[in-house]
Amino acid sequence: MAELTIIEAVRLALDQEMARDESVVLLGEDIGPDGGVFRATQGLYEKYGGKRVLDTPLNESGIIGFAVGMALYGLRPVAEIQFADFIWPAMDQIVSEVAKFRYRSGGMFTVPMVIRTPYGGGVKGAIYHSQSPEAYFAHTPGLKIVIPSSPYDTKGLLAASIRDPDPVLFFEPKRIYRAFREEVPEEDYTIPLGQASVVRSGNDVTILAYGAMLHVAMDAAERAMEQHKIDCEVIDLRTLVPLDIETIEASVKKTGRVISVTESPKTAGFGAELSALVAERWIEYIESPIIRVTGYDTPFPFVLEHDYMPSAEKVLDGIIRSFNF
Amino acid sequence: MRQIIDIEGNVISPDLLPKVAKKELVKWLDIMIAVRVLDEKGMRLQRQGRIGFHIPTTGQEAHVGAAAAIKDKDWIFPAYREHGLAIYRGIALADIVNHLFANDLDPQKGRRLPGLFGDSRIRFINPSAPIGTQIVQAAGAGYAARYKKDGSVSIVFFGDGATSSNDFHSGMNFGAVTKAATVFICQNNQWAISVPLSKQTATKQLVDKATGYGMPGIQIDGNDIFAMFTAVREAAQRARKGNGPTFIESVTYRLGPHTSSDDPSKYRSENDVELWRQKEPIGRFSKYLINEGIIDKDEPQRIHSKYDQIFNELISEADNRSTPPLETMFEDVFETMPWYLEEQLEEALRFTKE
Ligand SMILES: Cc1ncc(C[n+]2csc(CCOP(=O)(O)OP(=O)(O)O)c2C)c(N)n1
Ligand SMILES: [Mg+2]
Repeated sequence: MAELTIIEAVRLALDQEMARDESVVLLGEDIGPDGGVFRATQGLYEKYGGKRVLDTPLNESGIIGFAVGMALYGLRPVAEIQFADFIWPAMDQIVSEVAKFRYRSGGMFTVPMVIRTPYGGGVKGAIYHSQSPEAYFAHTPGLKIVIPSSPYDTKGLLAASIRDPDPVLFFEPKRIYRAFREEVPEEDYTIPLGQASVVRSGNDVTILAYGAMLHVAMDAAERAMEQHKIDCEVIDLRTLVPLDIETIEASVKKTGRVISVTESPKTAGFGAELSALVAERWIEYIESPIIRVTGYDTPFPFVLEHDYMPSAEKVLDGIIRSFNF
Repeated sequence: MRQIIDIEGNVISPDLLPKVAKKELVKWLDIMIAVRVLDEKGMRLQRQGRIGFHIPTTGQEAHVGAAAAIKDKDWIFPAYREHGLAIYRGIALADIVNHLFANDLDPQKGRRLPGLFGDSRIRFINPSAPIGTQIVQAAGAGYAARYKKDGSVSIVFFGDGATSSNDFHSGMNFGAVTKAATVFICQNNQWAISVPLSKQTATKQLVDKATGYGMPGIQIDGNDIFAMFTAVREAAQRARKGNGPTFIESVTYRLGPHTSSDDPSKYRSENDVELWRQKEPIGRFSKYLINEGIIDKDEPQRIHSKYDQIFNELISEADNRSTPPLETMFEDVFETMPWYLEEQLEEALRFTKE
């Protein structure tokens, strides 16, 4: 078994899905001979040719609209949007078309596809190479949203996304693309969408996180234990839509204290949805305010990005506030 | 501009006149009239308050020629004034009427404004409402056709207004670059609601846009069904051979209002409309068929009466049905209903019972 990074797990999943199913076709900017700006598709153009690893014109609306046509026709397109910050030109195709084809046609037409895109800050990318736009899409019925946090999950979740009958937005935490390695089996496996994972179990405080923030949350949880003997349970949501409500429920009922960690702006971010769900469903179990640790309500900064983003210190502060309330 | 028959039904470009069986020509007329009658019915139903909305097609029925020019396996991406292609392909007229009433038999489960329907069984793609989005999708389908090597093509319809949309640009560019098996057909009916073509573009004629994308373009008399048929057939053949897409500018006119909600007297003169009425496609094609001795002069009226009766019966059946059940509101968001939609369905049901 090989030890892979997240970006290598993306590549392996794409490679294996293409080998498994001829209808899987990749499209995006610079994904051909260049292998993608993050190298997610490196070697795939050489292996599968330009018809299956399609370098497109520079037009995100075009990429997604074109993929819709491919999907209607029975292909399984996997579109790469070079950075999540550049997904906006495709917003109409994603929100009006991708998300609504099944519904608007009474189930007669479907457009299964995956839209992969690197997201998130902490990479010195500044205002237009750092954003986390998942909440915009979570607000749109008809889209599944998947965000892995580890190489093993990346492969299993991406394979599941490509095989899913519905369109999936697959946000890749680019800050940790190469941060660490983990054993990733060559063998075929999938991780079902809609299943969270309890990454650390504990009895005192529940921390909900995903993507790069999962690691910040874990770091804070370890410090909380060492320094304050507070035993946190950390849940990696993995899929934001549909959310694994049962795993969250079990943890919330056990700890009665909840924190979410997301790196997007605070107002109407996904953390707000998590807070609302917890409050609406299990208020009688809740012992302290449901805390959101998030980015700030500003555009994404540049030199001050580490002050902007949730850090282990900020999460630890939240843990203590939650625990001592 | 390609024109094969003039407004009196005389053949003016005999070398371009396609050889088509008489029976098939009568079918063309039959379906053009079906579209016209459907339009009359829709408008009246809307005025009577029995349906909420109507999108007229009168004056643009020569689009039927495009359906005749392609194969059953080809994919049609309509805008919203192309019902004739669906009818040519054999959509059940009852499905259309049930859809207009958004009743429990509507295949789209009562989810769409009247006139926005598709049917996967006849490869007639379900249209949306945001203008232009289907243009680039058709290019993607045309690419998929080439990828699958199944010899099919996609044809896509859109208006003159849509040529200003993002996805016109995306579609034309992606289509040309990838040599997609796609035919782009612009129904230039001179208006985008109240905005005339002159405010839509500074190009002299829309067909010129093809050049900028590196694909051939042809301008046709969009009220001449022979011009439509031959242009689409040639473009589809070209696409099928792998030689890439073609842009067809079909010059036509929207004789009715934009929709039932529109009052065109605010922005255009009845004189102009009258001039275009002389050129409308059904009268012209009928004259041709009568001149050629293919039909007698009463045939158009007989076809009209036939559809009048067919639609009247379908309408009285459709009008008496119930709305789709509440459950359908929550279906088809995803293939399987997630937990939160099940919860919301339960909640909605609680309010209907109370
Ligand atoms: C993106 C978008 N903007 C505005 C509208 C409202 N709208 C509906 S039809 C229309 C005009 C379309 O004109 P054209 O493309 O020429 O088609 P036609 O109606 O003439 O057939 C407009 C502005 C819309 N549906 N979508
Ligand atoms: Mg128009």
